[in-house]
Amino acid sequence: MENIYDIIIIGGGPSGYTAALYASRAGLSILLLERMSAGGQMALTGDIENYPGFDEGIDGLTLGIKMQQGAERFGTKTEYAEVTSVDFSKKIKEIKTDYATYYAKTVIVSSGANPRELGVKGEEELISRGVHYCAHCDGRFYKNKTVVVVGGGNSAAQDALYLSRLAQKVYLVHRRDELRATKIYFDQLSKAENVEFVWNSVVEEFVSDGRLKAIKIKNLKTQEISEISCDGVFVSIGRKPATEFLGDAVELDNNGYIIADESTKTTVEGVYAAGDVRTKALRQVVTAVADGAVAVHYAEEYLRG
Amino acid sequence: MSVLSVNKNNFNEIINSEKAVLLDFYAEWCGPCRMVSPIVEEIANENPQYIVGKIDVDAEEELALQFSVVSIPTLVVLKNGKVVNQVSGARPKPQILAMLEG
Repeated sequence: MENIYDIIIIGGGPSGYTAALYASRAGLSILLLERMSAGGQMALTGDIENYPGFDEGIDGLTLGIKMQQGAERFGTKTEYAEVTSVDFSKKIKEIKTDYATYYAKTVIVSSGANPRELGVKGEEELISRGVHYCAHCDGRFYKNKTVVVVGGGNSAAQDALYLSRLAQKVYLVHRRDELRATKIYFDQLSKAENVEFVWNSVVEEFVSDGRLKAIKIKNLKTQEISEISCDGVFVSIGRKPATEFLGDAVELDNNGYIIADESTKTTVEGVYAAGDVRTKALRQVVTAVADGAVAVHYAEEYLRG
Repeated sequence: MSVLSVNKNNFNEIINSEKAVLLDFYAEWCGPCRMVSPIVEEIANENPQYIVGKIDVDAEEELALQFSVVSIPTLVVLKNGKVVNQVSGARPKPQILAMLEG
């Protein structure tokens, strides 16, 4: 068998690189596997204003790279590869990417989450051709057009507000009769003249002729189906954890999150879940970095035997 | 070779090259673009057999429109001036290389 690491960390977001920092600094042999680039979901958001220590805020990608460099300063190595499968059934854990197999005594899974899709007809074919998951990235292409935001949480409300400044018309489609988002957003959205709320409704289908033309929605109270003509739809209905590669190696909850409490310990000894991928109440950069440190603490304890 | 800045003046000359061409449609303010741009740079530096260019969608709206770009980053591979592959969203390096080789 090749090199056996003390810890392999899957995912280079805030929790992953914090775990890497603590582990490298403690002198453990570690490897961090990242599919694309440092920062995870944080790198895809704009300014981060609720991570302490940056009095003027900091953009997510820069903070991610700083976290990576902070860990690499103590010897962390990053391998850019996507994990395709794992085997945690033996004492030495096995992790496969497209190109190699890696071995470790302990594993910290910090693979994060991705935007959740609606899962309705027409969606997949129209991704990036009318159906979008990042208003901040793609909103500008809908200047003076008609767009729909789907969702009722804070991020949906933020997206709708952002788009209301660009688009001619914004429909906010939500399954309930009020937003889940903080009241301040509702007040701001109510004031925006080009925002229209579509309550108690869900998207049934995306209608296209190669490009998106309209959405079919169903009113959950009346069961009535209607159509909204639009140029773009921004789906903002939360996140789904990136845990498919785990198979049944550790126990997941019904939504796919790894079951672990504040100790980050999963149902498998020597395997820890840190950051957004774990079942937890609050998914923030600050709680993710805390998980990274805690995971290394328990991994060290396990390694000492 | 380094990444070329593509605009409507040098566009035709670049895409009609005999080499395969990778174009990265991006904007300064776009997070996923900033994730993918170092990868695109690496590909350019390590693969002299390809031509790699980046197009700022804010400055080059016509080119963005020509390629129906409504999501960034968008990566386009051209061979002999024709689009053979076009994807939106940041991709890991092996996937982008596969687009060029495919």
